[in-house]
Amino acid sequence: MRTSKNVLSSLWQTLFGHPVRAFGVVSLLLLISLAIAPAKNHFSEWRHYQKQYLALVRGRGDAVTLQRHFHDGIQQIWLPGLGVVDRCTTCHVGLKEASLADVSTQPFRVHPVIPHTLDQFGCVMCHRGQGPATTVEEAHSSTLAWEQPILPARYVQSSCGQCHRAPLTGTPQLNLGRNLLARYGCVHCHTIKLPDGSAIKPTDDPPSLEHVADKTTREWIYAWLKDPQAYAVTATMPNFKLSDPDARDISAFLIAKSTPIPGDTAPGTNSEKAPDPTAGASLYGESFCASCHAVQNAAGNVVGGDVGPELTRVGNKVKPEWLRAWLRNPRIYDAGTAMPHYRLTDPQVSLLTAFLGNKTDSDLLANVHLDAPTPEQIAHGKLLVTEYGCASCHDIGGIKKPDNFAPELTRIGSKPLTQIIFLSGMTHAIPDYIAAKIRQPRSFGAALKMPQFSLAPAQIDALTTALLSLTDRAHDLPLALTVPTKPPSNYQPAGKAGQLMSDLACFSCHAINGRGGDMAPDLTWEGSSVQRQWLQAFLKNPGTLRPALIRRMPKFNLSDSEVTELTDYVMTVYQTPAFDRDSMPSSGYPPAQVEQGKQLFYSKYACQSCHIIDTKVDKGYIGPTLTQVGSRLSAAWIYHWLKDPQTMRPGAIEPNRHMDDEDARALTAFLMTLKGSSKHEAKK
Amino acid sequence: MNRYWRTLFVVSLTLLSAACTRKPGSASAPKPTGFGAALVESGGGKQIGATGMVLAQPLVVQVNDEQGTAVAGALVEFSAPASASFDPPSGLTDSSGQLSTNVALGSMAGRYQLTAHTSTKAQKSVELKIEEIALGYQQQVGYQLDNKYCARCHNPESTAERVSNYDNLEVKPHPFTEGDTLNKMSDAELTAIVSHGGPALNKSALMPPYGYTLSKTEIEALISYIRLISDPPYHASGMVYAQK
Repeated sequence: MRTSKNVLSSLWQTLFGHPVRAFGVVSLLLLISLAIAPAKNHFSEWRHYQKQYLALVRGRGDAVTLQRHFHDGIQQIWLPGLGVVDRCTTCHVGLKEASLADVSTQPFRVHPVIPHTLDQFGCVMCHRGQGPATTVEEAHSSTLAWEQPILPARYVQSSCGQCHRAPLTGTPQLNLGRNLLARYGCVHCHTIKLPDGSAIKPTDDPPSLEHVADKTTREWIYAWLKDPQAYAVTATMPNFKLSDPDARDISAFLIAKSTPIPGDTAPGTNSEKAPDPTAGASLYGESFCASCHAVQNAAGNVVGGDVGPELTRVGNKVKPEWLRAWLRNPRIYDAGTAMPHYRLTDPQVSLLTAFLGNKTDSDLLANVHLDAPTPEQIAHGKLLVTEYGCASCHDIGGIKKPDNFAPELTRIGSKPLTQIIFLSGMTHAIPDYIAAKIRQPRSFGAALKMPQFSLAPAQIDALTTALLSLTDRAHDLPLALTVPTKPPSNYQPAGKAGQLMSDLACFSCHAINGRGGDMAPDLTWEGSSVQRQWLQAFLKNPGTLRPALIRRMPKFNLSDSEVTELTDYVMTVYQTPAFDRDSMPSSGYPPAQVEQGKQLFYSKYACQSCHIIDTKVDKGYIGPTLTQVGSRLSAAWIYHWLKDPQTMRPGAIEPNRHMDDEDARALTAFLMTLKGSSKHEAKK
Repeated sequence: MNRYWRTLFVVSLTLLSAACTRKPGSASAPKPTGFGAALVESGGGKQIGATGMVLAQPLVVQVNDEQGTAVAGALVEFSAPASASFDPPSGLTDSSGQLSTNVALGSMAGRYQLTAHTSTKAQKSVELKIEEIALGYQQQVGYQLDNKYCARCHNPESTAERVSNYDNLEVKPHPFTEGDTLNKMSDAELTAIVSHGGPALNKSALMPPYGYTLSKTEIEALISYIRLISDPPYHASGMVYAQK
């Protein structure tokens, strides 16, 4: 202790013992402290990168250009309107240099081609991170001072979704995620308000359970509740991980609460005793059930559409007497179903009932044995149904649909990290939290109510992307920057024809005036397009226009008066304002013009690569077969279509040939001579 | 005194370095219970994905013995260049001799060569190379356009949803992977054919012009996609800069 005191005092003597020496030492200390700031600047990280960059470009053939583009010092993109102050370009020096395409080391890579420029939006709008930071750590990582780490590349499409509300060609993951939010019914429980004030609407249409006892058995409900995907691999219903007694009690409650609907069941007849299985299968095929319903084949592949439920094990689920009534007229049980009301005859109904009834899996219900429920079990079931929020999705008698059952997700993409409880070992960042929550909700606590969804990894990433796009910035953006989506249409055709179209569920496949599916052609201007006789014949017995298509218009067995009603409505109402459909004659074109059109068809425009006009010679089947186009389409439609297909039907794949008037008229003349079957009859 | 400080310094340094090197979740690979002689791909190769994103189909490899029978319990490890990652990065094959992993490609557009690796009983290394393609934004747009407009004729493969028109055409179109032909054509030539149709370069009229249907940016995107999927790979010609 003593020696150290001695050392200190001698040191003091040496440094400050003499006034001149003291002055010198103090000056030196002052000089050093003044030098700290410039030295820190000189040895800073970004200077190191800029030097590296200059060394990299020095040896290249385009060094002069690259050096001219290079600016020394801290660079900044400042966009006051967007609140962007980005200094990323200080280190990422080569972002705009297309000639650096061969450089793969960061931070010198060129930015991939995107529709926006750096000067328009800066960097953090898309990549997150801390724009004003000047060290790598602070700019990229989540430190104590900053909340916002760099967004991993796998979620980067979420940033496009902040401004772009409509689907974009280049962002399939974001588009998929948004679809899944609606399709998996996330928004039944979680409210998601969009910046324009509207809310995301679910598209899954969960069935009402108010009359469920008419449709299925308590045993099936029990098995379904325990594991929905064991019944149908494509089921969107999540697994609530219910215990056996809980599933028993919920099934007891649902059956007990169910009320019958008159007419939604029909007893069998004797003709069903020995149904022909092949006839059932071919009726299933002819009715194009597979356009909407999928079935899992022996190889385990799910084949068919996803508009209606999967039917692989439907025989385990539905009661035959319910199925019979449903096939006869589905609207008795569910007025709003997407299923068309096929006008099936009784023998056809019997055939299909027997065919579908055979689609069973003997293992599914083999181990389900339920005793008659006690009143306590039913009461407990009701409690569980309320607790799990079943009524958020399903109509259940006696249970009110809860409001905001789960947390609102309107701004989930900017949720402050302090409000989140992370699991141990998890990266403390929003994307990781969202993905983990979707992947395994109950890993955050066994008592949580959120169920387990069956999603593939790519689907989880897509959902995370869609949720990450719901940021504060998305809501606070200047209005001029948002790219709105088309408002949803609730178009409903009027009158008797309108009722008929609802009954046939035309909108499940066709879109009209912005409402409806995309499986079949848009019919908004169908009245200007087709000829009356053709439409009438087609509705009675839909033939095939595109031989390569597996999804086709089914035959509904419409009556003559129904056909006339629909035809009249389509021909009068669905007309384009662009031209008069009767402005060009349907026949009587001069032979020379027809011949010229034929030449154009085969040589100049080579239409045969996609269309067939002569089944013996032509083979192209991308577009519709044109063998009878002269009796199907109006001449004016053909003419205007040839001039500009995309105006007539947005998104049409037929290229716009920029055809001059003479060619368009000649081709129209030629195509109008192709009258199809009537011509054959004439020959005979 | 001095000693005390030195000990403290050494202890804190050890703690610090231990904290820095501890990688979360770097559990050691499981011990193999079986050994095979060959690795084959059962699915998930040659996929087209997007940069940084998980491929739609998992990569599945199978370990076989000399007779070609599946081997269960063999250790397979996956590796890849750059920033591509696997979930899980290694594991034992199941009862059918297979191991499945989800692949996330790196953040640069291009081809990724993935490697699956297993060892024989004699510790001889067996490797399998699998190639995947990552599309950047521009190539992604091109891919979507290809699917909508081009693939129906240019892709000879039919799917359940899309029957190929390739076989029906008198003059066969070039599949976009056909690098031997397409790599010899410049961007300007490809742009001319897409915009003005086959006859613009004295080629078949069966190829219609898309210049009035697709925008300039869309055609650029399409060509950048074609360049990326070409086999053999495309290398941009033009000025080659000397590297130091």
